[in-house]
Amino acid sequence: MILTVDNVHTFYGAIEALRGVSLEVDEGEIVTLIGANGAGKSTLLMTICGNPQARSGQIVFDGETITRTPTFQIVRKGIAQSPEGRRIFPRMTVLENLQMGALTSDPAHFDGDLERIFALFPRLRERSGQRGGTLSGGEQQMLAIGRAMMSRPRLLLLDEPSLGLAPMIVKQIFEVIEDINREQGVTVFLVEQNAFHALRLATRGYVMVNGEITLTGTGAELLSNEEVRAAYLEGGH
Amino acid sequence: MAAVQRPSMDDVLPRVGREAALAGLVTLALTATMVGLHTVPGAQSRLTLEFRFGDVLMAVVLVFFGRMALAFTREGFPAYGLGIGVLIVAGSLLYPGLPTVVEIMGVGAGAIVGINAVWRLARPMRPDRPPPKTSAQLMDDVAAWVQRQSVVIGVVGVAFAIALPFLFPDRSSIDLATLVMTYIMLGWGLNIVVGLAGLLDLGYVAFYAVGAYSYGLLAQYFDFSFWLCLPLAGLLAAFAGLILGFPVLRLRGDYFAIVTLGFGEIIRVVLQNWSSFTGGPDGIASIPRPSFFGIAEFTSAPEADGLPSFHTLFGLEFTPLHRLIFLYYLILILALVVNAVSLRIRRLPLGRSWEALREDDVACQSLGINRRNIKLAAFTISAMFGGFAGSFFATRQGFISPESFTFIESAIVLAIVVLGGMGSQTGVVLAAILIIGMPELFRELEEYRMLIFGAAMVIIMVWRPRGLLAHRVPTVTLHGGRRKGGPSPGQRPEQVPAE
Repeated sequence: MILTVDNVHTFYGAIEALRGVSLEVDEGEIVTLIGANGAGKSTLLMTICGNPQARSGQIVFDGETITRTPTFQIVRKGIAQSPEGRRIFPRMTVLENLQMGALTSDPAHFDGDLERIFALFPRLRERSGQRGGTLSGGEQQMLAIGRAMMSRPRLLLLDEPSLGLAPMIVKQIFEVIEDINREQGVTVFLVEQNAFHALRLATRGYVMVNGEITLTGTGAELLSNEEVRAAYLEGGH
Repeated sequence: MAAVQRPSMDDVLPRVGREAALAGLVTLALTATMVGLHTVPGAQSRLTLEFRFGDVLMAVVLVFFGRMALAFTREGFPAYGLGIGVLIVAGSLLYPGLPTVVEIMGVGAGAIVGINAVWRLARPMRPDRPPPKTSAQLMDDVAAWVQRQSVVIGVVGVAFAIALPFLFPDRSSIDLATLVMTYIMLGWGLNIVVGLAGLLDLGYVAFYAVGAYSYGLLAQYFDFSFWLCLPLAGLLAAFAGLILGFPVLRLRGDYFAIVTLGFGEIIRVVLQNWSSFTGGPDGIASIPRPSFFGIAEFTSAPEADGLPSFHTLFGLEFTPLHRLIFLYYLILILALVVNAVSLRIRRLPLGRSWEALREDDVACQSLGINRRNIKLAAFTISAMFGGFAGSFFATRQGFISPESFTFIESAIVLAIVVLGGMGSQTGVVLAAILIIGMPELFRELEEYRMLIFGAAMVIIMVWRPRGLLAHRVPTVTLHGGRRKGGPSPGQRPEQVPAE
């Protein structure tokens, strides 16, 4: 297991956003977490990154408990996050954004890593001198993923990479995520509302409702599950 | 704009009239009480009200016609605008009995609307030509050009600054230049926290005060020399920055600003009330002047305290200017050091992290940046520069008291940073010259200079809301083969489409 989340409770003030969440991600997998708006998906990702920290429960990454580790150190251990809403640096150029991602990794890898990112997203090479804020939504998402990849993570956390993007672009992004997983051997934990794409890609999936995991199974199992179809697939497609 | 039709006068006139009348009304409402009513000490030391209808009328008339001229120009009748502008200038100059300040404002306003009209006359709107650039776009180009040419401008600027005492060898010019240079240094120091890290610090004067009092007190109690105290003052101020840094680490935005504001006041109030140690409101007097690097003293006697005097050492005629020029060069060197350090840090990961913190602090954290440490670093480094400036201030004045370290000082330095364009080093210089130099130059206008100063600030912020020279040049590019400041050198040249 590269990541184990065990009975984690997270609070925002008095509100309990995660009510005892447990899940596991194995090395080399793509694991998807689906759920409705406000179910606590993003909170779980943020909790894994230590901001906010879990009030109780345990998070173990690669055999090491990181429940109380400060965020910046978690990143250095090999977990990278592409946060919700992309959060690229708008006044920095694409190249500078990517450099920011490489801040924690050995400078000797920089040129090679940059080439890898540009191979995944040729658009970023074309736009390398442009400011982040002037990119389109899809390009910004590519940049956010690219930036996260620059820290050479072993586990990549993606928070709604399809948010607000055209179907064509969504397809491209998911293809790249698959690439990152298959070709580069990075384990991916994906949080999505776009259940169809996400589950098709996933080795395994979890369904979250009101801060609790209600269902789990392989991607294919969940895709054919009646409840999942009714709640997350049929209306949207 | 396929077919630009010249609008007819009949259409335009009511619109222009309405606009001018409205502007006049607003002016009336604004000035009626503020300018129109004036309290004067009357008989038996009672205050009586005096009505100044004339002044209100002048303001309303000036705004009415000025607005009318601008509106005519905008609506496609620049000739009318120019005519009214000339009339305003002529009227202000020729009408008998106008106070000087009204004359100046009239001529200024007339000139502005006139120039605006001439601009339009010279470049008429034609359908086949792209619309002329607005002044804001022009200024964007200027800002970008200034940033690109920053090396050349820097060299010319420094050369001018070095030559300045010889170009204007009189006391008042050198004093003013020293003052401006002090604020440039403070501006560059604060720029690290405000411009780069994006933290609104309203209490920068605290570190200035810590630096000044460090020197003042160390000299008073232990008889330390300036050259020993300068680094100590920097250290103590940096320490103060660190102490302030901790409680504000978790704060952002408005809350952060308020705490720093409070900290600035605390330092001042402590200095004011701890009379037994700091001298309280009386301050510290007769702070020793700096020697010439511990080699010579600036005295008229050929020898003092066992050191030769500067003029005998170099075989010059004695003049009190020597010390002033030396002080000027001292602050110039200090400021340039601050600038060099800031520019260097900006290219290091630390500087980048500050910028990332400014742009998005959540993303910043998720990239493995330790927000606590880089915030503390920004605070400490910036405070240290403030401390250097403070000890220079103490040695230059020879006297310090808490009065010199009020909130208004923080506000002025902050205004310099914001006005110059957050994060722009050249912008700080320009803004410091404007903000410190301008009121000094217009001293003859007495209290009206602050009015003009306020108006200038408002105009600049409306016209360039992000500061005069707000333009960020990327620190790395793919093409050209050579990358500056990147984590590793040597990138193969790439074609990057022009932005």
